[in-house]
Amino acid sequence: MDTLLQVLLDGILNGMLYALVAVGLCLIWGVMDVINFAHGEYVMIAMYVTYWLGFLANVDPLISMFAGGLFIFILGALTYRLIIKYTIGKPPLSALLATFGLAMLLKNLCLNQFTPNFRILSDTWLGDKTFQLGALIVPLPQLVTAIVALVVVGLTYYMVRSTRFGWAVQATAMDKEAAELMGINTERIYLLVFGIGGATVGLAGGIMPTYLAVHPEVGTMFSLIAFICVAMGGFGSIPGALVAAILIGVVEALGGYYIAPVFKYVAVFGLYLAVVFLRPKGIFGW
Amino acid sequence: MVTPMHHGALKRKDLFWLALVALMALVPAVSAITANSFLMHVLILILLFASMAQAWNIIGGYGGQTSFGHSVFFGIGAYGAGMAVVTYGLSPWPGIGVGMLAAATVAVLISYPCFKLSGHYFAIATFAVVEIFNRMFLVWYWVGGALGLDYPMVEEGFKNLMWYDSKTGYYYCALVLFVLIFGIVRFLEGHRFGYYLRAVREGQETAESLGVNSTAVKLTAMALSAALAGLCGAFFVQYNLRVDPGMVMSLDMSMKFVLVTILGGAGTLAGPLLGAAVLIPLQEYTRALWGGLGGGVDLIVFGVLIIVIVVKQPAGISGIVRDIAKRFRRPADAKGGTSVGTA
Repeated sequence: MDTLLQVLLDGILNGMLYALVAVGLCLIWGVMDVINFAHGEYVMIAMYVTYWLGFLANVDPLISMFAGGLFIFILGALTYRLIIKYTIGKPPLSALLATFGLAMLLKNLCLNQFTPNFRILSDTWLGDKTFQLGALIVPLPQLVTAIVALVVVGLTYYMVRSTRFGWAVQATAMDKEAAELMGINTERIYLLVFGIGGATVGLAGGIMPTYLAVHPEVGTMFSLIAFICVAMGGFGSIPGALVAAILIGVVEALGGYYIAPVFKYVAVFGLYLAVVFLRPKGIFGW
Repeated sequence: MVTPMHHGALKRKDLFWLALVALMALVPAVSAITANSFLMHVLILILLFASMAQAWNIIGGYGGQTSFGHSVFFGIGAYGAGMAVVTYGLSPWPGIGVGMLAAATVAVLISYPCFKLSGHYFAIATFAVVEIFNRMFLVWYWVGGALGLDYPMVEEGFKNLMWYDSKTGYYYCALVLFVLIFGIVRFLEGHRFGYYLRAVREGQETAESLGVNSTAVKLTAMALSAALAGLCGAFFVQYNLRVDPGMVMSLDMSMKFVLVTILGGAGTLAGPLLGAAVLIPLQEYTRALWGGLGGGVDLIVFGVLIIVIVVKQPAGISGIVRDIAKRFRRPADAKGGTSVGTA
């Protein structure tokens, strides 16, 4: 029983991390109907940003994750300006293929500059600290990540639902031309949405070097997990992505512990197929 | 856009293709080419990837269903041939047949539920299928697991589909593969089934209202596409003399099917060949030039190239070729030359 609870806890905490990675993709997908294949590479680059800040300047990831967020905000805005802008209104696959090219570029640029070595920060504030809660062992880095995830996902949701900027974003998502006629600068909305989507995933990548190793291939699996979080949650639904991410984390942990570690992703991808066969537009989609 | 075309009849365009094939059949007669085994390798890969892309083009281009799952079918074909040779000590031929059949069966079983999904949901479902198959094959002892299958030394020749000294045998096999798959697609372009397929792509509801059974059409196209992808996989394993799950069943391999076709020009007969003829030499020569510089430079160049083509010309390389052809043709048209494309 204790083992089951421990596995569930690990799954939920991991799921929160997935939610933090997925929320930016969810925002971009919902507003622009674009799948950003380089999303996982954003995670990888943010991880390198905080890793190098920690390694060279001794800044803790808890502080430098904001630098990661800022860096990916700029990278996201640049991606929009230089690539995505030219794929809007073209065949639906254009953006996906172009960002696949971008993912290839970023991954191999890091491989070339930083070598394929695994790197991890030692002596961070959170480090390998844990605390006991009844019979459960709670890892502190994962717990803090989960709290950051809840705050960021909550703020993003609040921003989209309840601010003037969010209403403009929603209007642009529903009908771009009508939004333009209402005086909304949709070009600027797209740019900011891509930037903010990047910033959230930058925060996710920024906090990770506390407990995960950085290497150029680390992003690929995060891309896939983020895709299925968003698709499973339902078209652009932020609460949907959160629920799906936690579900994925739990299924991954259960599958990995009770079946076999190699089957954890089989379980996750199987879950996605099962959900979309039952609800072709995702859990919260319509 | 469905272009009108006469049923089966030979046209001027076909003469061009026949001449091209005849020319390619003569390539090994030039000793300067056969002596350069890297050049032969590049030519074989061009024919192979053009064939793979054309197989994908049936469902992805003409049918409009963007499958990222073709590496699964490719891999099943590869394992069919590989297991016949390595596990059972047979000639690869029965394995090729079984592999193609298995690929088509798996494709139909996967696609039936997946075709209910639309847009990105379909694309992501096919990603998921690749990841699942990759993981299953990695731990499946019967198919060799993560270690894969290594070919033993057997007698070379067509019976075993294996050559050691020269690449000429492989070259002719790749050419046969190319002619077969391009021939099938050319036949489909003029056949009733090809019209149904394009009609379903353009508007499923409209096609159905005119009596086209869209599910049957898409499933048939998927089965044919998967069987041909499996055949390409069998050639791939015979050429490499080994197979493991990461080599054949991976997202990167799936992306190659899609990239070569889309960058060449999806839904056109020439697109897959154009895509392979541009991308494969670039990939192989950048790798030979820069692949050793601490890694990654060849793929950086490749990534930039993909971005530039997609951003600049969404109709792919065939769109670029068409633009150039138009520039040369316009003066002739102005002088009252024959109008083109009204066959």
